[in-house]
Amino acid sequence: MGVTGERLQPTLFERSRPGRGAGKVPHPPADALSRIPGDQLRDLPPALPELNEPELVRHYVNLSQLNFAVDTGFYPLGSCTMKFNPKLNEWAARLPGFAQAHPLAPDEAVQGTLQLLWELQEILAEISGMTAVSLQPAAGAQGELTGILMIRAYHASRGDSERVEVLVPDSAHGTNPATASMAGYRTVSIPSAPDGGVDVDAFSAALGPHTAAVMITNPSTLGLFERRIGELLDAVHAAGALAYMDGANLNAILGRFKAGEAGFDVMHINTHKTFSTPHGGGGPGAGPVGVGERLAPFLPAPRVVRESDGSFRLERTGERPTSIGRLRSFVGNTGVLVRAYAYLRAHGAEGLREVTDDAVLAANYLKHRLTEDGAYDVPFDRHCMHEFVASAAGLKRRTGVRTLDVAKRLIDHGFHPPTIYFPLTVEEAMLIEPTETESLETLDAFAAALIAIAAEAASDPDVIHEAPHTAPVKRLDEATAARQPNLRWRGMTGRQMPCPD
Amino acid sequence: MVPPELRYTKDHEWVRLDGDRATIGITAYAADQLGDIVFVELPEIGRSLEQFATFGVVESVKAVSDLFAPVAGEVVETNGTLASEPEKVNSDPYGEGWMLRVTVADEAQLGELLDATAYDALIAAG
Amino acid sequence: MPYGPHTPADREKMLTALGIASVDELFDDIPEALKAGSLDLPPPEPELELATRLAALADRNRTDLASFLGAGVYRHWTPPVVDQILLRGEWYTAYTPYQPEVSQGTLQSIYEYESLLAELTGLDVVSASHYDGAAATAEAALMTCRATRRQRVLVSKAVHPQYRETLRTYFGGGLELDEIPLVADGDKAGTTDIAALERLLAEDARPVAGVVLAQPSFLGLLEPMADATRLAHAAGALFVAVVEPVSLAVLAPPAAYGADIAAGEGQPLGIAPQYGGPFLGILACTDALVRQIPGRLVGMTTDVEGKRAFVMTLRAREQDIRRDRAASNICTNQALLALAASVYLAAVGPHGLRDVAALGAARAAELEAALATAGAPRLHRGAYLNEFVVRVPGARAAHRQLLERGVLGGLVLEDVMPDEPGLRDGLLVCATEVTTTDEIRRFADALPGLTGVAPGAEPAAVGGGV
Repeated sequence: MGVTGERLQPTLFERSRPGRGAGKVPHPPADALSRIPGDQLRDLPPALPELNEPELVRHYVNLSQLNFAVDTGFYPLGSCTMKFNPKLNEWAARLPGFAQAHPLAPDEAVQGTLQLLWELQEILAEISGMTAVSLQPAAGAQGELTGILMIRAYHASRGDSERVEVLVPDSAHGTNPATASMAGYRTVSIPSAPDGGVDVDAFSAALGPHTAAVMITNPSTLGLFERRIGELLDAVHAAGALAYMDGANLNAILGRFKAGEAGFDVMHINTHKTFSTPHGGGGPGAGPVGVGERLAPFLPAPRVVRESDGSFRLERTGERPTSIGRLRSFVGNTGVLVRAYAYLRAHGAEGLREVTDDAVLAANYLKHRLTEDGAYDVPFDRHCMHEFVASAAGLKRRTGVRTLDVAKRLIDHGFHPPTIYFPLTVEEAMLIEPTETESLETLDAFAAALIAIAAEAASDPDVIHEAPHTAPVKRLDEATAARQPNLRWRGMTGRQMPCPD
Repeated sequence: MVPPELRYTKDHEWVRLDGDRATIGITAYAADQLGDIVFVELPEIGRSLEQFATFGVVESVKAVSDLFAPVAGEVVETNGTLASEPEKVNSDPYGEGWMLRVTVADEAQLGELLDATAYDALIAAG
Repeated sequence: MPYGPHTPADREKMLTALGIASVDELFDDIPEALKAGSLDLPPPEPELELATRLAALADRNRTDLASFLGAGVYRHWTPPVVDQILLRGEWYTAYTPYQPEVSQGTLQSIYEYESLLAELTGLDVVSASHYDGAAATAEAALMTCRATRRQRVLVSKAVHPQYRETLRTYFGGGLELDEIPLVADGDKAGTTDIAALERLLAEDARPVAGVVLAQPSFLGLLEPMADATRLAHAAGALFVAVVEPVSLAVLAPPAAYGADIAAGEGQPLGIAPQYGGPFLGILACTDALVRQIPGRLVGMTTDVEGKRAFVMTLRAREQDIRRDRAASNICTNQALLALAASVYLAAVGPHGLRDVAALGAARAAELEAALATAGAPRLHRGAYLNEFVVRVPGARAAHRQLLERGVLGGLVLEDVMPDEPGLRDGLLVCATEVTTTDEIRRFADALPGLTGVAPGAEPAAVGGGV
């Protein structure tokens, strides 16, 4: 099964006993804090748990075994690109020279890191077809905000204050409209065309002097390449607006399509999707952005610069006054970027092309297996890219079993469910992305599991409604969790739920 | 069949006139669509609402929905019990799940809303 | 391709099933004119060569310096148990816990992290993490605007310059950010000017949503947090404390002085400096503000069989549901770093954490005395924990010469706070539990040639420690 353990654990606080632990830090002199004024000191020490190392280790090892992970099984999460996380990259990031470098150290003391970051800027610029890259954003969403803020700065620099809207397709990831709002823009959602692509005519009609930007994911969140993207980009620029590409689906187009060359003004990259940096249970990631000439002056500062003597340095404060400033501290999630760099140097151009070719081939193969079987609806009768949408709408009508139930039953088959109920434009959606690092046996087993569940839905739907049966916990009471939130451990008082073990 | 004595908006709010006050909530259909409701954001007492303008938000575990005023008026009372028991909107949407009361500026506005038959037809059409 | 499983036979099988001759046909939707031409990248390297080159790059970074550089990122001893746990694939290759039944490890560890930080800050609601201290501070400031429906935030000049820069970027559209000046001289020099804060709060035409101070401040000084909180609340504003988590083992936490929100950088909790990230944005608030806090929250609940379980909750605040009405666009966070911080805290324990803070204070006092004797006295007189500013004439040149002698003498303040004439000639230095007496001696010995004071001579001016 995809989850290897089942031993639920008490919390650290329940394992704590006074007097356990210690031995990690020497004792300070007794008067170490006597020079601190009393009113600045804590009255009571924090009630942190006391555990000895063996207990601590068991706690975290057993907890880890309750997790599904790429290292334990198949994770066909559409839009997340759950590819293998290479172990060399973990080794590289932990090299002391990289790990111990202080971000405010003088440039001459960190030439290795600066060279790596500079090379990465160049590599990502080439892949995206852009002029310049900033490695600063800490995640894709922060990359999106960076892009939209640069677009805002661009319009401001031209004295254009009329542009108050950002257009997105209705299939857009939630971060897109949320980003537009953070930047002070109103989001206009444009319904998609029947073939699943953006409705270029609807976009053109909505474009005008009030449009600051459009945000397009290409391939779309349905896994389909936007065939009329050239037309759309022309219309956007004709209206005086700029085009942002959400690069979440870059795994589908490496070496096949370069956003900047095609006419996008800015694009973000999710290193934790396309370039294998691990998801870590929800983060960290990195969201570098690439820009064309128009937006290059506005990139966040500091970027890494190479001098004529071959040395590297950070841009100095005030060196590029047109920059939008910084979105976070220091230069970026360097530890994540070291991993991305190692991945990119391991692959080279031919490796990346193979990544895309295999990812797209695997997705189409899986789509074909499901289409052939017919139990699930697979809208859009055309080749997909690296992911595709299937729907349990028909299954629900016939048997009452919904996408949520299918997802939970997949867990019993040892698979992590795909992305469900996204994009919002398809009823009972399942967005499936196998990636290029899954074997044919895995793909076949996954297809077989989905098909078996559909058959089971006809004969024994209750088993599916009550799935998962083999996970460490069953379906959860999410309503109570939201109505009466218990967001932190509270000592021995208050309501407690039974402690496992 | 929804309660026949109420009037309805196409956004699934209901309204009941009690003298010069109108009580407002959301229908069972809306509550079902949302799923388990976990939070209701209501306006402050004294706020003036315009007909069909948003006056609050209802959140479920997995969704969020704006609330639209069926009639214009001033907010005179809100259902304080929903803060600790939002599930009442699911279990008794027309009774204990009421959301707010307003003074009615113009009774004629109620006539513009759907009656029970029309609302039933609306949700049957899907 | 180094990690792909497909053999030519596998590809053939898939192509045959699809009834196509070549994978190129799957890319026919790309308009001919927009197909990429070349992809011009360094050639791929087998693992041995790549590893050798990566090691050589890492070796070009200096790891031999006696470092006294803090300024928001601190050297600490991280027990090896932290990294060994983090290296389990079940932790670092897991995804966001959207399917809670198979993510109880991640979910419980986040709940524990929230609980640990709630203990440290005294605030009951802790987000599952934000990007870093700077972004967390910016989000905290935005929270105050949303919660009070006011547009203006006051931030002390003694908050980290990069955090203030980040705030400016986030505040770009329609919100106002004003800086609170620092006291220029006397015993309170370098701390936030409370009288100035009071004046800024008194502008009726521009009501304040939030007041932001750091404790300890960027300059290492202990700030009048209780006074600032009181003034903020009296003006109807919320108070944001920017905190350093190790110091919370010994210093009065935000809840003690009534702060509404705490933000800060969790890097000192078992996370290596890594040249800037990934780090850990701490964001915590009172119960009253729970609906305003951005980012994920994990709560405790039960499953259908009554077993205790953990789940992401209050999700309807987040971007995937609220979309353009979400408080923040944050999706990916810093979950693995929150785990690192939790394991670190559990490994050192409350007494250990207290010892880390106190040892840092003791070493810092040692450092202060050694530097003063060597001709570099403290610039300020206020209390500090383990970081402070010393005056070295020609600080920038001195810093360079120290570097040549193998000492990273802190941070040249003129580089990051050029508008504060009082800080010219200032070096911001710190000590922690890993700072050794030997390193302090190296620093002190390297100074006299730079300050013009003979080794062991009485310095020209002495800064007090209290």
